[in-house]
Amino acid sequence: MATLPASAQRAALRTTGLTKRYGNRTVVDGVSISVSRGEVYGFLGPNGAGKTTTLRMVVGLVKPSAGTAEVLGRRPGDPQGLARIGAMVESPALYPYLSGHDNLAVLARHAGVERARIGAVLEQVGLADRAGDRFDRYSLGMKQRLGVAAALLKDPELLILDEPTNGLDPLGIADMRALIRRLGDEGKAVLLSSHNLAEVQQICDGVGVIFNGKLVAQSTVQELRGGVAIVVLATPLERAESQLVELLGREKVSVIDDQIRLEVGLDRAASLNRQLMLAGIDVHELRREERSLEEVFIAMSADHLNRPGGSHAQ
Amino acid sequence: MLNSYSAELFKFIKRPAVWVLGALWLALLLAFTELFPYIAYRSAASARQAGRLLAPLLPGQLPGHVITGYPVWGGALILVLGALCWGSEYGWGTLKTMLSHRPGRLTFYVAQVSTLATSIAALVIVAFALCSLASVVIAGSGGAPLDLPPASAIAQAMAAGWLILMMWSLLGVCLAIVFRGMALPIGLGLVWILAIENLIRFTAPLIDALGQVEKVMPGADAGSLVAALGAATSSSTGVAAVVGGEQALWSVALYTGLFAAVGAVTLLRRDVQ
Repeated sequence: MATLPASAQRAALRTTGLTKRYGNRTVVDGVSISVSRGEVYGFLGPNGAGKTTTLRMVVGLVKPSAGTAEVLGRRPGDPQGLARIGAMVESPALYPYLSGHDNLAVLARHAGVERARIGAVLEQVGLADRAGDRFDRYSLGMKQRLGVAAALLKDPELLILDEPTNGLDPLGIADMRALIRRLGDEGKAVLLSSHNLAEVQQICDGVGVIFNGKLVAQSTVQELRGGVAIVVLATPLERAESQLVELLGREKVSVIDDQIRLEVGLDRAASLNRQLMLAGIDVHELRREERSLEEVFIAMSADHLNRPGGSHAQ
Repeated sequence: MLNSYSAELFKFIKRPAVWVLGALWLALLLAFTELFPYIAYRSAASARQAGRLLAPLLPGQLPGHVITGYPVWGGALILVLGALCWGSEYGWGTLKTMLSHRPGRLTFYVAQVSTLATSIAALVIVAFALCSLASVVIAGSGGAPLDLPPASAIAQAMAAGWLILMMWSLLGVCLAIVFRGMALPIGLGLVWILAIENLIRFTAPLIDALGQVEKVMPGADAGSLVAALGAATSSSTGVAAVVGGEQALWSVALYTGLFAAVGAVTLLRRDVQ
């Protein structure tokens, strides 16, 4: 597991060894994460990995069996802390007989928020035109937007969003991602739980990966994806490999499926190409390779499932 | 706290089911305490019987008469209201939303219970106003005197009626929180009020031990409180002087506090999924 980022000093959210057990079953096992102000943190994991239970503990809905969480300097569920948090945990659940506007009015009254904020957040999520419709007549995407509007109502310092783009149309997804990124850029801390790896790669700064309740990786998105590599397709393969090992060292060269993968920066591409050609090796292709978060996640899943105690092993 | 109270009141007022239940409650109250007894009086076979049937409908008997239905059927409908308020928070998943926003658990609970208390007070006042009007009309049509009861008697009856309804509504709230839903609490609550209490009431004279149990039953104590305020006793309305007025008052107050406390403690201690 990666160490906590240095920016944890100004963490808006910090959990230490957060654990939840139901009987003999450990749903969340010693999760320690840190989300800084101005950071959009992606919380990744397969279904049932413990993401939502962790979020529930962070907002005070569920009491941890062990470990601690500090949310904006307060314990989870503390009304003073909740006043500065916006959260949408799981699907948005609001009163079906009230309109979108009235649902926000209930939350605004509870929070002591000015009524003017209601219009502002409805505008922000693109729901101003349908604010008078009953919540139970909203489509899934509209409900999702209203849930995000509810989370934004208090102009929170920490935003906790569970799958916020679920059910949105492509334009809505793009708007929502832009909104979340903008909130991060404005200095708010955002904890985003998502299955959508492309989304996390696109908008998150930091990322934590959870499997079977355990945090198996925590890093920046860039670090997790690893550095840029160069892939070479050349013949004869053996000669090309030995030439490159001579130039770069064994640890930087690997052969996978007739392709040579070089763990070096792109600035070395031209000189390597030249040296291979001078050695009489035909270079058919030389390209940059960067792993997507999806590839990293799938590799981690496979690794985790094959490990003793992983889901396959069980 | 005031913010949360205002939010809950807003939510309560906007909910159609609350108005339907309130209107049904008032309609049944008028039907059972004024309309049907009036029809019986008009259909009386003799003048003596008519006089006996008219007496409780006159303004002088108003305090005890209006709250006659509160211990059993009136309480049953109000229990449904209490269970409806909290049970739907679980059913819709809105409890999770509310608790992950601003109010703390206790604030949210107190705000909801206060809203319930306010609406029940309003219901009791409207019930008294409508029944007063009905009794004045009945007295006028029957040529009977319009002697109004003392204000203190009306205030006492209203307070007792409110307390009885609060007890049943908080039983509904408590069951809804304990069972995290609506259907089971309503079913169990209604079985308790309409079946268990009645069974014990009817078998208590036959078995001594059950007689002792009856004295501490919430419904029986509510009936005793109503009886102590001058209502006519009847097995069908559950109004009977099983215990004295003072003991009945303490008992109903104690049950109200107990149901409120169990609901609060359960909500504070439990995880919200």
